[in-house]
Amino acid sequence: MRAFLKVFVDYFTSLRLTVILLALSLLLVFIATLDQVNLGVWAVQQKYFHSLFVMARIPGTAVAVPVFPGGYFIGGLLLINLIAAHLYRFRLEWRKSGIWLAHAGLILLLLGELFTGLLQREGMMRLDPGTARDYAESTLKTELAVIDTTNPSYDDVVAIPEGALEKLSTLQTPKLPFTLRTLAYYPNSALVMRNQAPNAAPSPADRGFGPQFVALAQPVTYKEDEQNFPTAFVELNGAEGRIGTWLVSTLLTEPQTFTYQGHTWELMLRATRYYQPFSITLLKFSHDVYPGTDIPKNFSSRVRLQTPDGRVDREVLIYMNNPLRYGGFTFYQAGYQNDRTSILQVVRNPSWVIPYVSCSLIALGLVIQFGIHLLGFIRKRAAAAAPA
Amino acid sequence: MKKFLPLLVLLLGLVYLGSTLLPPRTKSDFDLRGFGRLPILVNGRLKPLDTVARNTLLVFQGKQDFTAPDGQPLQPVEWLLDVLFNPTVADSYQHFVIYNPEVVGLFNKQAGTQEYFSFNDLRGGLAELERQERMAEPVDEGVRTPFQRGVVDLYQRLILYQRLKASVNLEDSPDFLAELLKFQQALPAISTAFLAKEAGKPYNNQDYKTLTDFVSRFQYLSDSGYLLAIPPAPGNSDPNAWQKAGDALLATFRQGAINPDVMAYAALGHAWRLKQPKDFNEIVRLYTGQLMKRFAPQLQRCRIETVFNRAQPFYSGMIFYVLAVLLALVSWMKWPDVLQPAAFWVMALAFAASTAGIATRMWLEGRPPVTNLYSSALFVGWVAVALCVILERIYRNAIGTVAGGMIGFGTLLIAHHLSLSGDTMEMMRAVLDSNYWLATHVVVVTMGYGSTYLAGFLAIIYIVRGLFTRSLDKGTADALTRMVYGIVCFATLFSFSGTVLGGIWADQSWGRFWGWDPKENGALIIVLWNAIILHCRWGGMIRQRGLMMLAVFGNVVTSWSYFGTNLLGVGLHSYGFTQGTFTWLVGFAASQVLIIALAAIPLDKWRSFRPAGGKPGLATP
Repeated sequence: MRAFLKVFVDYFTSLRLTVILLALSLLLVFIATLDQVNLGVWAVQQKYFHSLFVMARIPGTAVAVPVFPGGYFIGGLLLINLIAAHLYRFRLEWRKSGIWLAHAGLILLLLGELFTGLLQREGMMRLDPGTARDYAESTLKTELAVIDTTNPSYDDVVAIPEGALEKLSTLQTPKLPFTLRTLAYYPNSALVMRNQAPNAAPSPADRGFGPQFVALAQPVTYKEDEQNFPTAFVELNGAEGRIGTWLVSTLLTEPQTFTYQGHTWELMLRATRYYQPFSITLLKFSHDVYPGTDIPKNFSSRVRLQTPDGRVDREVLIYMNNPLRYGGFTFYQAGYQNDRTSILQVVRNPSWVIPYVSCSLIALGLVIQFGIHLLGFIRKRAAAAAPA
Repeated sequence: MKKFLPLLVLLLGLVYLGSTLLPPRTKSDFDLRGFGRLPILVNGRLKPLDTVARNTLLVFQGKQDFTAPDGQPLQPVEWLLDVLFNPTVADSYQHFVIYNPEVVGLFNKQAGTQEYFSFNDLRGGLAELERQERMAEPVDEGVRTPFQRGVVDLYQRLILYQRLKASVNLEDSPDFLAELLKFQQALPAISTAFLAKEAGKPYNNQDYKTLTDFVSRFQYLSDSGYLLAIPPAPGNSDPNAWQKAGDALLATFRQGAINPDVMAYAALGHAWRLKQPKDFNEIVRLYTGQLMKRFAPQLQRCRIETVFNRAQPFYSGMIFYVLAVLLALVSWMKWPDVLQPAAFWVMALAFAASTAGIATRMWLEGRPPVTNLYSSALFVGWVAVALCVILERIYRNAIGTVAGGMIGFGTLLIAHHLSLSGDTMEMMRAVLDSNYWLATHVVVVTMGYGSTYLAGFLAIIYIVRGLFTRSLDKGTADALTRMVYGIVCFATLFSFSGTVLGGIWADQSWGRFWGWDPKENGALIIVLWNAIILHCRWGGMIRQRGLMMLAVFGNVVTSWSYFGTNLLGVGLHSYGFTQGTFTWLVGFAASQVLIIALAAIPLDKWRSFRPAGGKPGLATP
């Protein structure tokens, strides 16, 4: 038993395992980089790095099998290997201090990347001059917003994430006087006017815009310059029975309105919104080029930052390499449209400070370690030169 | 004597380098230097006409030397003067190089008979070229056939040529100065006609027609002109307010008088065409004096830039690097006492020349050393050679000289090919416009590239000397091992720090520390590879030979990160897409794998380690 345990411990603390894991991670990064040409950077992250195994379909079937260890797998093993090796071989020596620091930093870096993968949230904020916004929109996720607009002074919004629609189940919540049943869900779709597709099957939808359209399922796209347009059919049922079936889609830019039990409701499938407790108003977007050329010199947005309690109300200039950081959110100049609409990227990453700490530790550790090597080398040469 | 020979070599080299700073010997009655220093604005940067001349020649024909049809070698500014002011002569200059035989075929010429063509040579096929260009242009750059690439490339060069000709002169005007003087005389009359017509009163039809004729001619200059040659009006020293001659002429109607700087250029052209050096030189002097009052620092910069252009420090560097390698290689067989220090000094001179070149570029641009692919090639070489200078001072065995010379020459050659696409001092795109991050992330990560290459080249020296020669004795082998190990440590530190600084820039600029962008991944792969080498070494998994094999593969890894990731055409760093790079990259990688395969030959077959020949074999590596 002890012999068995020793084999086990030796394996997990060995440098050989370290080298194998480093080589695997190098291969993983290389293959993932190549695959970005097909999948785009976001899908590649999900497939290669934020996964235990890289899965691939057996050609001709829908069966996916693991073909390569994924980022979490390699990273996890590397973490175990690092920690185990250091616990097992721990000696408090000056000579080892550099190695210790570098590896402690590395452990922190791996953990930080894990936290970032789990906690980071990104959205886009499209700002037209003069309009105030207090939310960012996801570029990848959508939600079904069910809005009670009865009271003119506020809206009561229930947002259902697309994950719940995908399951094709029935949703019941005390916040709504009806249940929602998803009859069909297409992650990417096109809508065609019904009068242009005379042979199409009758629409499951009988309320709202739905009967006018035929929804066609489309393959999901990963390209950076293309977008997915999900569509769903949802059936609403009240206590007295069926209310109706609606077609909801991000292709429909207007909400669909209906009344039920004296309340006015709106239904809309839209990009998932991330709210923040303050608002941003675009005052002016500028786009400068170098004289006599089209080479962009700078993009900048002058915005007004306001909190509802009136304690913060100031102007901020956001420009290239100079984001606005406020309330745990960071706003970056990401793009523009028509030289007047500014597009900001909004990121919330509570673990943003970890890479700074861990990388400083590693760099310091490497400097100490290689410095010790260098000193030893110089001393040796001096000793070799002295007797001559 | 043995002591003085290397110093003599150093002295000769210094004299040669000094001589490159002197003005050219070919005497001209025209003040070509003064003209070459005149500043103009193009591609967002104020630069001397000398730079325009040299860069355009590089784009047109891949080299700066030009010989007129009568066999007379022309200085780049002389060539430019003919293009600007004497277009009928310039049209007969064979300065368009065409390599693709199918493209040559478009002009009813037989491929293989000539490579260089004049505008007159190409005139007959311009319509067909334009038709082909319209078909080739929409095709994605990466998938164009060699013919399509040739067509688009030639078309763009011809457009540039036509635009250059329309910078400060009207091509179809027999004497542009005379035409402008006529315009000046007619100005009162045509202004009257214009105002009268605007007010709905009777006006002189002839005068009005003269007006519209002039406007359409100047409009052509405004639309086609390439150089922003006309400085802002007196009193305005905004270095960005320069304009085209055409726009300045169109402004005449608002200002009531012709812009004097346009007149100055027209007068220069007149004097150049009629070969009147006295007038020419006087105009250059007066015009420079005028500019001096407002743009003294810019003129100073232009002056230094023309000296830099003429000295071509990177060209001298290339020659010296080759010389250093040759001397050092010979030193391993014969006269090491003389040749090794001589080779070292030659390498040091080459290093000094490229240091001066890089420093001048930094001063001219007001930027850290690395701003684009071209300057990164220069800097990769500079870092590697700097380390080699240190290694050679420590070990004095010519290994540092050979490695430094090879990398120095190789990187300068790559840089030369990258310079063929135009001005290498470009303006920085918005997101890169940050000296702080260029100075930290880009410089440090480039030092990582340079040192990883150096480790690889040192390892190649070990393998080649050990396998093919008897010169790798135990002392040399151990020294090489320590060098490679030390350089790998250095490379690990710098590639790691550089990658992290890139992450910090990314976090500061667009909110994520790590975005799995191809270039980021490339840098990460270099770090991982260096870490693998070090851990293998520490774990006793490799010894001397294994270390060398892994270090050589570092060349492949670095080349992939440096050039390969740009070829993918995705991500934030997909700048500097270079056609044909892929073939070179694959070829280089294959050569490195071949060297690794050679190193795998059993040690008792290596000439240096073979037990035969009296020397005891070294079984340790």
